[in-house]
Amino acid sequence: MRLFVPLTITFVAGIIMILQFFVPATQSMGESLQEWYMIVASFAIFIGAANLLQVHAHRIRFKGRNWKYSPVTIVGFTAMVLTGLIFGIEKGTPFNFLFLEMVAPMSATMFSLLAFFVASAAFRAFRASNWRATLLLISAFVVMLGRVPIGAMIWDRIPLISEWIMQVPNLAGQRAVMIGAAMGMVATSLRMIFGIERSYLGGAD
Amino acid sequence: MNWTIFGIWLGALLSLSLYSFLYKDNPFYKFAEHLFVGMSAGYWVIYTIKNVLIPNWWENLLPAEGGMQPIWLIPGILGIFMVLRIVPKLASLSRMSLSLIVGTGAGLTMTAMFQTNALAQVNGTIVALGQGGGWFNWVSNIIMVTGVVCGLVYFFFSKAHTGIVGRTANVGITILMVAFGASFGYTVMARISLLIGQTQFLLFEWLPTMGIHL
Repeated sequence: MRLFVPLTITFVAGIIMILQFFVPATQSMGESLQEWYMIVASFAIFIGAANLLQVHAHRIRFKGRNWKYSPVTIVGFTAMVLTGLIFGIEKGTPFNFLFLEMVAPMSATMFSLLAFFVASAAFRAFRASNWRATLLLISAFVVMLGRVPIGAMIWDRIPLISEWIMQVPNLAGQRAVMIGAAMGMVATSLRMIFGIERSYLGGAD
Repeated sequence: MNWTIFGIWLGALLSLSLYSFLYKDNPFYKFAEHLFVGMSAGYWVIYTIKNVLIPNWWENLLPAEGGMQPIWLIPGILGIFMVLRIVPKLASLSRMSLSLIVGTGAGLTMTAMFQTNALAQVNGTIVALGQGGGWFNWVSNIIMVTGVVCGLVYFFFSKAHTGIVGRTANVGITILMVAFGASFGYTVMARISLLIGQTQFLLFEWLPTMGIHL
């Protein structure tokens, strides 16, 4: 019974989703199920939030590593949630102000910081140790050069070569990855629907 | 108080605190990092409530025209079961919610995702070699078709990569290396454009608030 109900729900939900694709009469059922799926999956954000608060409360309580910064996380979280719930999220509200003036610049800065780390990690990882690694480096270099004005200033064909790399070899490689991954996903989905793959049910004992 | 200038200063000081990590780990960075984590989590919680749960669940459960639709209690209950994962004694209830998510996701993958990620890609690859353009397009189309086929052979592990299969897989690796290089370059450029955006913000929005015009 402990496994029977969850496996039955998975099977029925999976079959409905497949049927709604082929049988028009089951389409509305499939659409409702998709809405349910979105609603239930959205609740996962609350687990994440609770976990975040739990981790930081634990860190403060036991004076764990960097515990002095944990109140900052809790205050930031609370400020966003309270302003959002009390004043709403429309333009001009405190929530919107906090998002535009604090979250958005910090998010852009965090991701722009990655430019430095990606570049230095790539320098170490992709050293031109063999001709394929060299090919990878050249391809990356040409694509980067093709997207800045200096590329066209060096040689006016560089943006065209960059575009060709993106449209032909890159697309071919991406397609191979996508088709391969799609095959794997279909096989895994079948295993899940028929209850062969059950690892997602673990960890809740 | 001028809220616009206050906002610019907040954004600038937090950005500079985060950039200080480029020198070394320091308290300013740690403060901004922790604040960013907390505020982002709070933002997504409110975003989910206001943009997903209220319009898709609450307004269906209790429509504006009155009355309650009891069928919409089911996803709500399953959602609560999902949250109960954080209560060890009731964690097993979350299996019901996970089953619905996994089952629906698997069914969607079998049909919609397969259509877009596999069939549409195969369809896009089957092109007439001489379609449009001259010899250049012809060569490009050959590289495209060969690249996809060889790339797929590389991902086929049911047969040892020796002989003709090995040689085909080798061509596949070469195409994949070019593709990964291109994707890498593209990603780096996206990050660089964010860096340029933040630098412009500091130089042309923040500095003028102190009377420094570049």
